[in-house]
Amino acid sequence: MDSVFALRYDGGVIIAADQANARSILVYQNNLDKIIPLSSHTMMGMSGPNSDLVNFSDFIRANVKLYELMNNGATLTTDAQANFVRGTLATALRKGPYQVNLLLGGFDVADKKAGLYYMDYMASMHPVNFGVQGYASNFCLSIFDRDWKEGLTQEEGVKIVEKCINELQTRFLVAQPNFIIKVVDEKGVRTLSFGEDPADV
Amino acid sequence: MARRYDSSTTTFSPEGRLHQVEYAIEAINNAGTCVGILASDGIIMASERRVNSPLLAPAKVSEKTYKISGHVTTCVAGLTADANILIEEARLSAGRYFHKYQCPMPVEQLVEHVCNYKQAYTQYGGLRPFGVAFLFGGWDSEYGFQLYQSDPSGNYSGWKATCIGANNQAGKSLLKNEYNKDEEGLPNLETALKLAVKVLNKTMDAAATSGDKFELYSMKLDKATGLCVHHILTKEEAQKVLDAVAAESASAGDE
Repeated sequence: MDSVFALRYDGGVIIAADQANARSILVYQNNLDKIIPLSSHTMMGMSGPNSDLVNFSDFIRANVKLYELMNNGATLTTDAQANFVRGTLATALRKGPYQVNLLLGGFDVADKKAGLYYMDYMASMHPVNFGVQGYASNFCLSIFDRDWKEGLTQEEGVKIVEKCINELQTRFLVAQPNFIIKVVDEKGVRTLSFGEDPADV
Repeated sequence: MARRYDSSTTTFSPEGRLHQVEYAIEAINNAGTCVGILASDGIIMASERRVNSPLLAPAKVSEKTYKISGHVTTCVAGLTADANILIEEARLSAGRYFHKYQCPMPVEQLVEHVCNYKQAYTQYGGLRPFGVAFLFGGWDSEYGFQLYQSDPSGNYSGWKATCIGANNQAGKSLLKNEYNKDEEGLPNLETALKLAVKVLNKTMDAAATSGDKFELYSMKLDKATGLCVHHILTKEEAQKVLDAVAAESASAGDE
């Protein structure tokens, strides 16, 4: 039931996700942050059972950090991180798959390029200009198809994302009152807005 | 005194030395010389081609220069059989990195991996160290062209120009005097090639009369594709460089 969607604009990537943590008909939590920073300039919006979401993202984050510690602060590019994530999903696939679908976005400071990757639990991956995971794709892909173009500014990107949120809140059967929006650009990963503060109460 | 502490790789001598490692380094001083020079637009690695007997079949592939991956090449001095093992390890390391991250392994990480592999043979297991020294020349997007030297101890360092194998001290002193003595920045490939030949002329017993006594390797970057271009000079190309060096040294005395 998770809604996760993202777009690439000129200079960065915006990822939005709903904040519900639920199983079947029960909502455990309404301020979950499903967009996990992997490094200073990459983040991953994830959908799937909370157990896999946390386990997988912790593993990836730790390995990205380990690389930086082992190699005198050298960072992995967005593309390298995405391929590492996909490789991890692929290796686990025929043993004990991680049931996570994700959108990985990042900004490479060295060559000033933004990258967005769509990945699913079967370890398929593709670089995209925009992407949607879950039922939300039925509602949001058409908005992206219509409104996305090369060379968007961050403000224009945010407007499109807000349009998607609006559409879901109007037409999607499952009520999703809270969305968190994050951006990654030259300055790094930061939160633009949230429905409920993810900080633990 | 050394005799009691030199049989085992894993024993320090009272002076704090590892004699087996030092003996391994000595073994390389009998091998054919390799010169490596860093240029502004690439790397030159020149090696002496030693032919011990006229009955030897001509080599099908190089005995000194080996491609590790698309962006790293190595030049070997020492026991060829030992070198083969380490080259295999270097190729596996580069290949595994690319498989994991889908991008080329940073050069220093590759060199460090091979060196860590060598170091194990100086500390565990009672096996002798590898009798090989390497020159690694490579390119990556963060640091551009780089030249590294590593030896049996597992130590490595980055160089602008260096020399391994027979008469490497003479080679190094020539490089110290001649490498980029006049200008700022790095020399270009053409200058580096001529300097490499000059060094080999000095370290080899007799000045090379023909292009097949040397192996001259160059690495450049093709800006259009972003790929490294590896080239071992043909006999004709090598002869041209030799002639240019001979002409320069002939006129050098006139000034």
